[in-house]
Amino acid sequence: MLSRLGAEFLAVGRISDRYFIRRCVTKITTNDGIKSPKPEYTSKRYSVKRGDFSCLEDRDIVFFKHLLDKNRVLTDPFDLEKYNVDWLKTVRGKSACVLKPRTTKEVSEIMRYCNEKKLAVVPQGGNTGLVGGSVPVFDEIVLSTELMTRFRISENNPAVVIAQAGCVLEKLDTALNQHNLMVPLDLGAKGSCHIGGNVSTNAGGVRVLRYRNLHGSVLGLEAVLADGTIFNGLSTNLKDNSGYDLRHLFIGSEGTLGVVTRVAILCSLRPKSVTTCLLAVPDFESLLKVFVVAKQRLGEIMSACEFMDSDSVACAKRNLGIEPPIQSRLYALLETHGMDSNHDEEKVDGFINQVMKEGLITDGILTSEPSKMKKLWEIRERLAEALRKEGYTYKYDVSLPFASFYKIVEVMRKRLPKTVITCCGYGHLGDNNLHFNVTTKEFDPTVLTRIEPFLYEYTKRCFGSISAEHGIGFKKRNYLYYSKNPAFVHMMAETKRTLDPNGILNPYKVLPDFEA
Amino acid sequence: MALRVLIGCKRVIDYAVRVRVKPDKTGVVTDGVKHSMNPFDEIAVEEAVRMREKKIASEVIAISCGPAQSQETIRTALAMGADKGIHVEIPNADMSVFQPIHVAKILAAVAKKEKIDLIIVGKQAIDDDANQTAQMTAALLDWPQATFASKIEKAGDDLAVTREIDGGLEDVKVKIPAVISADLRLNEPRYATLPNIMKAKKKPVQKLSPKDLGVDISSRIKVISVEDPPTRQAGIKVDDVDSLVAKLKEKALI
Repeated sequence: MLSRLGAEFLAVGRISDRYFIRRCVTKITTNDGIKSPKPEYTSKRYSVKRGDFSCLEDRDIVFFKHLLDKNRVLTDPFDLEKYNVDWLKTVRGKSACVLKPRTTKEVSEIMRYCNEKKLAVVPQGGNTGLVGGSVPVFDEIVLSTELMTRFRISENNPAVVIAQAGCVLEKLDTALNQHNLMVPLDLGAKGSCHIGGNVSTNAGGVRVLRYRNLHGSVLGLEAVLADGTIFNGLSTNLKDNSGYDLRHLFIGSEGTLGVVTRVAILCSLRPKSVTTCLLAVPDFESLLKVFVVAKQRLGEIMSACEFMDSDSVACAKRNLGIEPPIQSRLYALLETHGMDSNHDEEKVDGFINQVMKEGLITDGILTSEPSKMKKLWEIRERLAEALRKEGYTYKYDVSLPFASFYKIVEVMRKRLPKTVITCCGYGHLGDNNLHFNVTTKEFDPTVLTRIEPFLYEYTKRCFGSISAEHGIGFKKRNYLYYSKNPAFVHMMAETKRTLDPNGILNPYKVLPDFEA
Repeated sequence: MALRVLIGCKRVIDYAVRVRVKPDKTGVVTDGVKHSMNPFDEIAVEEAVRMREKKIASEVIAISCGPAQSQETIRTALAMGADKGIHVEIPNADMSVFQPIHVAKILAAVAKKEKIDLIIVGKQAIDDDANQTAQMTAALLDWPQATFASKIEKAGDDLAVTREIDGGLEDVKVKIPAVISADLRLNEPRYATLPNIMKAKKKPVQKLSPKDLGVDISSRIKVISVEDPPTRQAGIKVDDVDSLVAKLKEKALI
């Protein structure tokens, strides 16, 4: 919506004044500026020291504009905003340049140049990461994959899709639908995340229970190393034990060992029969029993087993106006995928009858209608969005044994001050993966100290993981030792030094400060 | 007031599914595609069940005309609270030419047979957008009709219905027996919960054929072709006003 002032300018101004007008108008009426203030600069809020990298100069911009074209090199501060701030609006960098290559060759030329000039680079996909790993900390150049959107079905294997890193997950899935295929992963960010980013972070999601993670489904990939070398590990073989399986280095290394440019992913046939059930469970003990019965009764057709607590659901109702049709202290959200609806219905009926008979649930919804299933999943998928609306989210993603799984949420609730708006737990029950979240209106360092390192120490004592699927990024780099021993981290650092001697790829991420 | 209510439920392609035209252009792909109850019919079922809960209705009967899979649609209605179901089986092959006029004749015949006091159907189906069944049924039975209902209340021995019309809202009073068609804002349908889904499996569903009701469903229309809407053409950008004027002249628009 233009303010009257802006409208007047536009009426009088010409094309050459467009920039000036845009700047004026944004200062007056930016949606974002009014609703949610920009976060503090990361370099200010956290004590980080800028690495020994070169600073961007005009001649570098000239080179990039010559290599790509002037439309694919962004330098206007207004355009750079969205690349500098993460989705959670908790970290903010000061990048002065965003590059948008279209091909692997262009990525290679960019990296070769940056390595020579010692310019730091942050690879960025859909910028939906939750640990501040996808945005600059200082003035690193952002290398965006958003124009690398081509994909095709492999000639060698009709179930394999070869995609450039910038393909949006949901778009890829919709296109594969026509071939009766589906991508093996599904997460709330699917409308924005890029497959290259998914692979670089070994993204998990709600279907890991059934379709396993990307280490299993990525058959091969192509990446560009820090010095511009193109690592061509693109393969469509289902089995290949010829040599070190180097693709696994790049899967999950969060853009610190190479820029993933293309991936070959094994897709599954789209299931003919899908059922979703939302169950009202009175307590965590019953929830665990429901999961056991589900494994026994649904077995191989179970494709997702999620849980939510009443606090997360209340947050969704408060901030998004969506709520489940049944009330409960805890909810289980289960999904089945199969090829025969009669067979699946029998299994689901058996499961439901047993959990009802054993008094494990107080109520439930069961449906196979796509429109209804979408609505049930919406509550679970939009929880992160609902939490974000409350102000600042302290977001944690841990792997814990069931004995300590929900207990930690109750323990934390007692530890936290009254200024906290929501303290809740939800996540991938079937993978022992808890998403623990706390919100306050604005960032409050005292709340942070009540959570960290207590939560990480708790996780370490249980031999869990401080980051089940979100990765380390910027936010968790100094807590790596809670899940990995020093020798392990040392070997990580050695690998980094070998593949990126100048340390220009996504610096300040993954490795702890003193080791990098 | 203890009305016997008949609800018309149509099995349609689920609204979240992307509809695809068959390559031979004879229709849309329905094989293996997820179907569910027409959303407006769900609203009708919800209203009838609420009337039964308020003791305005004494029995709610859900009827669906379609292939064997229409039984699932009836089961959904039963799980929402309908008391019993009637399935009028129409062979799959005839579905493309099975029209609202046939449905209206069937509903009228069943209404007479089951001594129905109130028929509620959705205002239109999301696959054909016909918006004809309620009106035709009322005409065949010579009953009053209140279409696009957004509120239904008891008013003595009659029903007071608020209708959504172009100018706003219209209040009418209809005598029983009557036909009502449900509009979007009438209510928000409940989800069928597990205890009710289980109970629904035991509720009776009667199977009838159009012949049993003395209805002739031979087709009165022929589908010539079904095509996608034309794809939208990309626009073009011009650099200045002069080029714009030149382009407009070129396209004979000015």
